[in-house]
Order: sequence, then C-alpha cells, then structure tokens
Amino acid sequence: MFHFGGASCNNCDIEILDCLTPKYDLERFGIQLIGSIRHADVLLVSGSINRKGRERLIELYNQAPKPLLVVAFGACGCTGGIFADGIPFAGPVDKIIPVDAYIPGCPPKPEAILAGIIKLTNK
Amino acid sequence: MIKDLFYFIVFPGMVFSVLIGGILSWSDRKITARVQFRKGPPFLQPFYDIGKLFYKETILPKYGAKITFLAAPVFALFSATLANVLILLPSFFPNSGFKGDLIVIFYLLAIPSVSYIIGALASGNPIGAIGASREMKLIISYEFAFILALAAIVVKTDMSVTLSDILAKQQVSGANIGSISGIILFIVILFVIQAKLAFVPFDMSEAEAELAHGIFIEYSGSAYAIIKMARYVMLFALPSLLVTLLLGGFRMEGPGILWSILKIILVLLLITLLRNTNPRVKINQAMRFFFIWMSISALFAIGLSTINL
Repeated sequence: MFHFGGASCNNCDIEILDCLTPKYDLERFGIQLIGSIRHADVLLVSGSINRKGRERLIELYNQAPKPLLVVAFGACGCTGGIFADGIPFAGPVDKIIPVDAYIPGCPPKPEAILAGIIKLTNK
Repeated sequence: MIKDLFYFIVFPGMVFSVLIGGILSWSDRKITARVQFRKGPPFLQPFYDIGKLFYKETILPKYGAKITFLAAPVFALFSATLANVLILLPSFFPNSGFKGDLIVIFYLLAIPSVSYIIGALASGNPIGAIGASREMKLIISYEFAFILALAAIVVKTDMSVTLSDILAKQQVSGANIGSISGIILFIVILFVIQAKLAFVPFDMSEAEAELAHGIFIEYSGSAYAIIKMARYVMLFALPSLLVTLLLGGFRMEGPGILWSILKIILVLLLITLLRNTNPRVKINQAMRFFFIWMSISALFAIGLSTINL
C-alpha cells in the first residue's frame, strides 16, 4: 500500500495511521505501508487534488507496476468535498486515474477503512 | 553430478531454504507484531507476497544498465542458496563438505550485499545510490569483525577451516558457546548477522522513512520477488551458520530435530528482539561500533581461545 497525500487537511492521514495501530492492525491482512511506489499494490489517494498535484498523481500512477488498485480516500478524494468549487481544484480522483474503490467520510472511520480494504482484497 | 544438483535445487538448497526462510520471515513479522501488541500477518503471507510479485509487472529503469539491474538479484539468490547448502550439508550428511569450506561460505555470504549494491547503482536512481553507498560502508565495517570472529572459531578447532571438523570438535568437547570466548563470539556474530540482514539498528541502507527502501527502490515484479527470496534464504542461512559454529549444529535424529528447531528459533528470537528494541543508528556510529567494539571483542576472543578459555 502506497499513500499519496494530495492537498489533504491531514485528518485522513491520521486515520490511516490509526489503521496500523494495535487496535485495528492492517498487517493481519498482510498489508503494510511501504515507501516506494515500485513495491505498491494499492495506491491510496487522500485529499483534494489540485492542479500541481494532478501531474504528480498521473506520474505516480504511470510509475507503478500494474495491476494496481487505486483507492479514493475521504470526501475530498471521492468527490472533492468542500473544495469542489475551488479555483485550483483539478477534479476528483476518478476524473484523473481509474479508481477501484471509494472510502467516503470526512474523515472515514478506521472501521470504514477496514471494510473498504477487505472488500478490495476479496474482489 | 545429479546428486549435487539435487542438493542445490531441492534439499537443502533452493526449495527447502526458501520454504524455511519464508516461515522464519513470517515468525519475524509475527514476533514484531506481538511486541507491538498487534495481531500480525497470516502464516502463508511471505508466500502470498512472492506469488503476487511474480504475477506483477517488472519495470525497467529508463536511464540504467538494464541487464546488470536484472542480473544482480539472481546472483544474490544463487550465492545465498549456495552458502546455505554448504552450511547445512555437514549437519545433515556427516563428512560432507571440503577442506576450507568456511572461507568459501564467508565469501558467498558477502555476495548478496555486493550484488544489491551493484543492482542499486545500475538502477540510476539517486536515492538507490545513497543506499548503495551506505551499504558499502556497512560491509566494510562488519566484514572485518566477522572474519576475526571466524578466525577465533578456527583457533578453537585446532586451526581447521572445515565446517565438519568444527562440528565434530563440538560433538566431542561440548558446544563452542560454553566458554567465555564463545559467549563473546556469539554476541559479535549476532550483531554481524543483524547488519548482514539489514535489520534495525543497521538498516540505514534501506531506511523506509528517509530513503524509501534505498537499495531496493527501483525493483518491482519478479526481480523484487527474487530479492525477497534471497533475503528469506539469508534469514535462514545466517542463523544456521551461527548455530553450526557456536551452538553445536543441527542433528537430524530423534530428539535432535526438536533441539535443532529450538536453536534456530532462539537465534531468530534474539535477532527480532534486537530489531524491535533499538532505533536506527547513523552510519558513522555503526562503523565505530563494528571497527572498535566488535573487532576488539573478537580479537579478545581469539586471545582467550589460544589459552582454551
């Protein structure tokens, strides 16, 4: 799992870290947060994507080995949230790269994240 | 010839080592999780990882030496497997091995790290190059302490550099660890193993937080799967070398099997606990640690071995 933070307000990021803590522990499904996009199977995109971030996101998507699953994370990732009318906003994630799963919420609860991840692994 | 191929490919070579190495890697991750009060990964996770990586796309770097980049993991896997075969054969089949195989094992165990460096430099990634330079400094620092420790064991075994002689000596007069110099050597080799496996506190070459897996950053797909397999084999080979040199080796009959498993689990537990209770040191601290403290300890152990302590 590789985490791409767009222009996130940091709240979703903290919820992602929650999933790695003892209570929720994503590693019992064999999922680890890794540092290099080359090793990634899942690209987690959180935060609203602005015009500068858009190019980075496309570049990152092209650099990742396929097959790759993309998760749009949080209200901003899924729809744009409160930033949808903003000037620098470059569209929700699924307008930029193909998305496999949406985890809505502002921020999503750790339980919701786990539910989304399990649906994705069973797919 | 066919027998040698069987040794290399099936038992105790590639298939067996990757299998056991995968199980050891799982126990390493599981112990880590339990130390952090987590649940930990499922039992077959290392094998899922390997299978998944073979199924994925392998990306070649645009500005890099592609053939060197792909050949490096293969060299790592083959030399690690060969080292493991040479380590395990004298335990399973007495009187196998040849004169001077300890020296061959020493060189074979150095090749995986060297080929990771070559692969990282061939990838053309600047972060990979930083990782490679750190790994190079680390090799320079720990190999000296490692060869001194091996020399101390050779002194203990009446100047014999054959692994089966070392095992035979321990069967006659008790395991090598039952002496002051043996305990010192155990500590030295344990730290060397930690550095060779690139585990915390000596993981500065791959440092997830700052270098994003450093030397492995550009690897993906099957090439990364081969690197993972090489690392599993190393995770099996190095503890079994320690068990062979100091703890009396493996015995494959009756209750000996249980003892063998317990010995390797003990060494793995020590490695994993060291890994989980320490922060990452800086490269200059690691060099000072190995050059000064570990080398002096190993020299001291050589001195004690000459007077049979």
